[in-house]
Amino acid sequence: MSKVVVVTSGKGGVGKTTTTANIAAGVAQRGHKTVAIDFDVGLRNLDLVLGCERRVVYDFVNVLKGEAKLGIALIRDKRIENLHVLPASQTRDKDALDPEGVGKVIEELKSMGFEYIICDSPAGIEKGAQMAMYFADEAIVVANPEVSSVRDSDRVLGLLAAKTNRAEVGTAPIKSHLLLTRYSPAMVKKGEMLSVDDVLELLGIPLLGVIPESKAVLQSSNKGAPAILDETTDVAQAYLDVVYRFLGEEREHRFIEEEKRGILRRLFG
Amino acid sequence: MAFFDYFRRQQKTAGMAKDRLSVIVARERVGTRGGPDYLAQLQQELLAVLAKYERIDLHQVSVNLDRTGDCDVLELNILLPEQAEANRRAAGAVS
Repeated sequence: MSKVVVVTSGKGGVGKTTTTANIAAGVAQRGHKTVAIDFDVGLRNLDLVLGCERRVVYDFVNVLKGEAKLGIALIRDKRIENLHVLPASQTRDKDALDPEGVGKVIEELKSMGFEYIICDSPAGIEKGAQMAMYFADEAIVVANPEVSSVRDSDRVLGLLAAKTNRAEVGTAPIKSHLLLTRYSPAMVKKGEMLSVDDVLELLGIPLLGVIPESKAVLQSSNKGAPAILDETTDVAQAYLDVVYRFLGEEREHRFIEEEKRGILRRLFG
Repeated sequence: MAFFDYFRRQQKTAGMAKDRLSVIVARERVGTRGGPDYLAQLQQELLAVLAKYERIDLHQVSVNLDRTGDCDVLELNILLPEQAEANRRAAGAVS
């Protein structure tokens, strides 16, 4: 059984690509054959975040146009055995994507035995974003606890419910989950940031996880290695929990409350 | 003074964010989630008809579908610009 998952948000810069990279890496590490597809045609970045940018020869658009075979365009990750990447084209425009072509590629990936097909959506609600979500079975809506991000997430939930294959065919609707990133429990405690409960109440979808604001995210993209690989950081722990929950395990939510710090860590930490 | 500001009760911005969002999200959700597809279009068409007779903006027409039990209530709310109307009448009297 294959599952098509879209990572989407509407707003840019909230952590879609970071989330795609970490969830794909985490799911693949747990032994599932996984592919991460970059739908951001013209502005590809998933390759860079996953550290395989120098190995891109053919891309998604080449495959759609029949210029390259899918098996050749797929990049196998060197660190994680079951992880593959299908990079976006850097030169073409998003009109290269159409439901028929994208559908064929997804079907072929399924027949190649990929269990998880994770689609990294571009920002916005235009064609690229709509194509990324069109064939999804599940959606991970990435949001920051911030007004514009929450508003855009709600718009995206509207699109997921109306402009996707499942909506058009009339099968069970896409299962959407919320992933709240860049969360700062200290600011929430002071009333300076929307709390996870606020966002859940506004959006009305179940919580997949909370990723705390952390320097580790930038450090990992600097290196081109997903944060989840260095299990000592809080971000890696948070993404690991997300991966387990995504795979159906129960995990208690963490990183929602402020960490208690001793007087020594407060002074010298 | 900053020293006294510290003790003054500060308005929590997170609460403001939540209040503003609950209004805007509810308004934009009309016709996109939960309700029938035609609500947004209905709102636009009502606006077009009203615009023939009144100067009116999109935010003055609200269309809502409420579910209470097994009963759907379609709620139309049209806010007429009273002040604008009064001004126009006054201008008409002069000319």
